[in-house]
Amino acid sequence: MSAEGVNKMRRRVLVAATSVVGAVGAGYALVPFVASMNPSARARAAGAPVEADISKLEPGALLRVKWRGKPVWVVHRTPEMIAALASNDPKLVDPKSEVDHQPAYCKNPTRSIKPEYLVAIGICTHLGCSPTYRPEFAPDDLGADWKGGFHCPCHGSRFDLAARVFKNVPAPTNLWIPKHTYLNATTILVGEDRGGAA
Amino acid sequence: MSAEKTENLSWIDKRFPLTETWRAHLSEYYAPKNLNFWSFFGSLAILTLVIQIVTGIWLAMNYKPDATLAFASVEYIMRDVDWGWLIRYMHSTGASMFFIVIYLHMFRALLWGSYRKPRELLWIIGVIIYLAMMATAFFGYLLPWGQMSYWGAQVIVNLFAAVPVIGDDLSVWVRGDYVISDVTLNRFFAFHFLIPFVLAGLVFLHIVALHHVGSNNPDGIEIKDGPKGNRWSDKAPADGIPFHPYYTVKDFMGVVVFLALFSLVMFYAPTMGGIFLEAPNFQPANPMLTPPHIAPVWYFTPYYAMLRAVPPMWGSQFPGVVVMFGAILIFFVLPWLDRSPVKSIRYKGPIFKVALAIFAVSFVVLAWLGMQPASALSTLLAQIFTVLYFAFFLLMPIYSSLDKTKPVPERVTS
Amino acid sequence: MRKLIIASLLLFAPAMLPAAEGPPLQKAHIDLHDQASLQRGAKYFVNYCMGCHSLQYMRYNRLAADLGIDEISLRENLLFGDAKPGDLMENAMRPEDKLKWFGVVVPDLTLVTRWRSPDWVYTYLKSFYLDPTRPFGVNNVLFPLVGMPHALGDLQGQQEPEFVKDAAGKPMVEGVKLIKQGLLSPKEYDAMVRDITAFLTYAGEPIQLERQRLGFYVLLFLAFLFVIAYYMKKEFWKDVH
Repeated sequence: MSAEGVNKMRRRVLVAATSVVGAVGAGYALVPFVASMNPSARARAAGAPVEADISKLEPGALLRVKWRGKPVWVVHRTPEMIAALASNDPKLVDPKSEVDHQPAYCKNPTRSIKPEYLVAIGICTHLGCSPTYRPEFAPDDLGADWKGGFHCPCHGSRFDLAARVFKNVPAPTNLWIPKHTYLNATTILVGEDRGGAA
Repeated sequence: MSAEKTENLSWIDKRFPLTETWRAHLSEYYAPKNLNFWSFFGSLAILTLVIQIVTGIWLAMNYKPDATLAFASVEYIMRDVDWGWLIRYMHSTGASMFFIVIYLHMFRALLWGSYRKPRELLWIIGVIIYLAMMATAFFGYLLPWGQMSYWGAQVIVNLFAAVPVIGDDLSVWVRGDYVISDVTLNRFFAFHFLIPFVLAGLVFLHIVALHHVGSNNPDGIEIKDGPKGNRWSDKAPADGIPFHPYYTVKDFMGVVVFLALFSLVMFYAPTMGGIFLEAPNFQPANPMLTPPHIAPVWYFTPYYAMLRAVPPMWGSQFPGVVVMFGAILIFFVLPWLDRSPVKSIRYKGPIFKVALAIFAVSFVVLAWLGMQPASALSTLLAQIFTVLYFAFFLLMPIYSSLDKTKPVPERVTS
Repeated sequence: MRKLIIASLLLFAPAMLPAAEGPPLQKAHIDLHDQASLQRGAKYFVNYCMGCHSLQYMRYNRLAADLGIDEISLRENLLFGDAKPGDLMENAMRPEDKLKWFGVVVPDLTLVTRWRSPDWVYTYLKSFYLDPTRPFGVNNVLFPLVGMPHALGDLQGQQEPEFVKDAAGKPMVEGVKLIKQGLLSPKEYDAMVRDITAFLTYAGEPIQLERQRLGFYVLLFLAFLFVIAYYMKKEFWKDVH
């Protein structure tokens, strides 16, 4: 190899080395800027898990708590309501909760830890309105087949009492079930489970 | 280059002067081959401006320009925002580093006569950049809304009140209120955000002006006036070398050293003993309680010392204000004060060398005096050094003509 | 030559300017790496100081994480009332009451060691002395006419001022002397005050130890990058003669 050739090789190696090391440094320098845009400690504190006291929640009643700025419903389902859930299956888009809108321990027919309590985020999966609770069976406006559920006033989406979406409505998926756990028989911690905070 | 690359490049070149610009300003911009340590500060100034703008925007994501929220929002950034502390310290360290770099950059111009013909306009744009930097720093310092922020701004805005006849109305107009208040804070935030982008535009003009006449060098001789023909081009100056790759590679080295010094401060001494981040500013602003010593940040203290050195005349502090602003504005006329037949200090005589040394020492001593509480002795010293500072400029037409210069070489020396 | 000598002598003139004022400060000798000290300091602060002084920029869970305090200990020792771990360490006293009872708004202390200094806080807590002319019966060498009672007075005991004559011949407080020991011996009290000072220094800038740790790696990286950049520069500049 001529002297010029050796020279060029050395140059290429040095430029490559500097570029690689420089790029690594630039990458590390980028981390603080990107990371600083994550939720701050204040946002995390405000978004901390919330306790829901269900000691006075009557059968058939709905309790609303706020978690991370969102409405979370706790519904005390009656035995009637629970029994009627299966009959909705043929009319639902995702009766078996295949889409990942719930924690693993809520991937069951009642979408809950205990069948008598539904915990769901009350935000319609269409465009974000908060649906109305319609627990009564067969009201005039919802038809004889209605076995209780939620009806969204904005564009008419419907969900059953396991927060599963009906076919032929604007909303595409079941309502979200948040991570939650029972601290005791009368307190649900919303936003955290054995696996840690959401 | 591969065929595809040349194809893509020519697509761009037909629509945008990319290759043309690359050649004219980088790979075929011939800079003198003898540039030394003093040349690092131009590229470092650009780097620091970028650092300040990026960190500034990131701080603005969480900073609240409201008198009741500002101080707490800074502590929120320091504690609750992930990595917020680092971005804050980058910005505060960067502000001081910006001035260190720019003072050294200006000093280089004094050493090499870079303000002389044909670079007078380049120098003037530079002084405007310096003024814009000072304005940015002044507006920015109010934003943390600490004790020093508030009272420092109070003192400086009161200087406007010293202007005869219109003074009081002027200071109310600047503040937007009868005292420094939330109104003032909000508008200072707007200005602090805006001016760096004006600065970026001025820097662009600065480089256009530089490239039009070519870079100066330690010997102060014009390589364009010398022989033509070098290793890379027959038509380029013999003593010129392409900026890229030689100075890009050298400036990169300078950048790494600069970042190391920057990091040393940022990670181990971010307050720099109270010089970069002043202790009183860790207290929220209290309009009812003036701190015992009010002083501006170190990069303003030379001028502050001059302001305090001038006693009130006819019941007004206005003469002090005039002297203070005069000390900055006099930089504009420097190209016309220097009557020496040579540009660079290397070939100037002993008088100019002593004068420049006295000027540099005066600047540093005045900076130090500006940080001290006022006393009879400090005032006297400030008066002496203010006179020496102005003498450098005002006597220059005389001593630069009288000075015995050395013969200037034909070709650049190392 | 003579002019040069006189000129350079002028350079030293500024050294004759007066030095910083105030009584001399005792060295606190805090160690921020001593987590046990910081934990004790946190406990002392919450128990003795937080009734009046808030730490409004400090979060409980941040403190727990940095000081190695687990959640149970946090809840038992530091969390009072219905405060949650994610909350800021604010206190219950209303600003109007602070003004009424102390004549001045009781300051938040999160940043006190940054605008005063750790040594100042340490010395201050040791510098209270009996003064019957004051509303709470005490005064302080470092902070004349302070509105604060000696919250740690039972522990330190009672001190008397030591006077000297100032330039005008008037008596001036120069130091203090312990005349009656409290529940703690002087050494124990000093240790307690040191712990509180260490804790407040931590609270002033919780990230300081981490930033020093990171700085080491950043500088190491830049040193390495410099070596490569230097060789690259040298290699290219072989072209230039």
